[in-house]
Amino acid sequence: MFDHTVSELAALLRDRKASSVELAAVFLERIERLGGGLNAFITVDAEKALASARAADARLARGEATPLTGIPIAHKDLFCAKGWRTTCGSRMLADWISPYDAHVVEQFDRAGAVLVGKTNMDEFAMGSSNESSFFGPARNPWDPSRVPGGSSGGSAAAVAARLVPAATGTDTGGSIRQPASLTGTSGIRPTYGAVSRYGMVAFASSLDQGGAFGKSAEDLALMLNVMAGFDERDSTSVERPKEDYARDLARPLAGLRVGLPKQYFTADLAPDVAACVMAGAEELERQGATLVEVSLPNQALAVPVYYVIAPAEASSNLSRFDGARYGHRAAAYADLGDMYRKSRAEGFGAEVRRRILVGTYVLSHGYYDAYYLQAQKVRRLIARDFAEAFASCDVIAGPAAPTVAFPIGEKTSDPVQMYLEDLYTISVNLAGLPGLSVPCGFGQGGLPVGLQLIGNYFDEARMLNVAHRYQQATDWHRRSPPGYGS
Amino acid sequence: MLSLDDVRRIAELARIEVPEEGVAALQHDLNGIFDLIEQMRAVDTTGVEPMAHAIDLTQRLREDRVTETDQHELFQSAAPRVEDGLYLVPKVIE
Repeated sequence: MFDHTVSELAALLRDRKASSVELAAVFLERIERLGGGLNAFITVDAEKALASARAADARLARGEATPLTGIPIAHKDLFCAKGWRTTCGSRMLADWISPYDAHVVEQFDRAGAVLVGKTNMDEFAMGSSNESSFFGPARNPWDPSRVPGGSSGGSAAAVAARLVPAATGTDTGGSIRQPASLTGTSGIRPTYGAVSRYGMVAFASSLDQGGAFGKSAEDLALMLNVMAGFDERDSTSVERPKEDYARDLARPLAGLRVGLPKQYFTADLAPDVAACVMAGAEELERQGATLVEVSLPNQALAVPVYYVIAPAEASSNLSRFDGARYGHRAAAYADLGDMYRKSRAEGFGAEVRRRILVGTYVLSHGYYDAYYLQAQKVRRLIARDFAEAFASCDVIAGPAAPTVAFPIGEKTSDPVQMYLEDLYTISVNLAGLPGLSVPCGFGQGGLPVGLQLIGNYFDEARMLNVAHRYQQATDWHRRSPPGYGS
Repeated sequence: MLSLDDVRRIAELARIEVPEEGVAALQHDLNGIFDLIEQMRAVDTTGVEPMAHAIDLTQRLREDRVTETDQHELFQSAAPRVEDGLYLVPKVIE
């Protein structure tokens, strides 16, 4: 049962072949038995999970179920969930119990999904390996000596190891697509503004976007159907009618134009990853799609621009952690200034401190134009590149990460090496576009590789259609890590 | 390139204590990051409109009505120190 997709589990529940309580028990037992070695969860609450599973069973019996009713899920630990510890992977919030629900959490509750736990993540979502978590690194079930990617590493590892059928994540610079690629899961980051950021602990507000992990594109569509939609409590939530992201899943690919950016297929891309990604694109071609070369001339500037904009926004957002109102406060201090400085030095880990300092510098008097304003202008150029590319294609295909999963500890001593891990994902965030990653084969060491699909604004249904058709013809997404399958 | 004094200054602006023995290592890390950032500074952006947000936004207005209830006790239950509904911090004015 644990190997089933969300849509298969939903069918079992609907046909009364399983109850929600049984499902919750199956996954809770796996988390208990297999979860510890992966460190995928920061908090698991069996009691709360079983209580909502019982409520879901009652709802199923009343015939009032949605496709997610009774399905166990996990939330990345930056979605505030009322009564749950919400740590953001940080010492700063290690004991913080949220007094309210994020919009996303509320939507899943309303759909009757069963929250089993909160997943591990890079501290404040800053990282590409899950190693900056205060709670220790999550591990990749395909090889526990390697990273699951980040920042949503715990969600990716949990779905890959079949500890939950689906989970939420967030993607500010690649934090859903890169871990999806590294763990052989499917993951989507929707268009900026599609999913409300209300109750999502803020990192870089013009880039942050909630999304989902699952075992199939079809499951991602079911997750988005719950998560996405207008919310007046997020000032950047886009007011548009609710849509059914699964509506086009079966549409044939004939006539589809798939753009391959020439800047993605260079020496920066590992040959084993390139081979899998190209084979993925060829499968789309076999189904009637046309492959066209496109150009993203400012691609190489995406990582440098991001490391001005994201730290600038982070330094502003994280100034709220002052040790006065919530979060960590140092035990001893001389005066108010000392309380701030010590609480923040102790509460934030090294990577978060570095990014706050970079952000503080680029926003400081005399440097704003040279860094922040310039970065915003180059951001415009990057967004224009995509607009031009989409004039000659419907979706863009490429890698989601430059290599397969790397060993824990390999990139922690050099922040810039870690930043380059997001080479193929960051420009999507800068432009505000949707992107997803689906498994497309195995590279060196038998480790999974993801195929990234980038769509035009609010074109998620089309991207999910392409991913679904791809998954109808391949079975990469059904492979489970040795020891975690059936 | 950031000097040691630059690092001390921005740490003060960011209200993050950096022990004196850690300043040089931090300078090294930050300068590595600024080396990366340097690439975008050389781009000619004459006439390019800055992009502040991922999508074009207009500020929504809502009806002026009460949407929040007073939940200060719940919200303050997470505070390190509270007394009589007030957050306690070290004395600021003598």
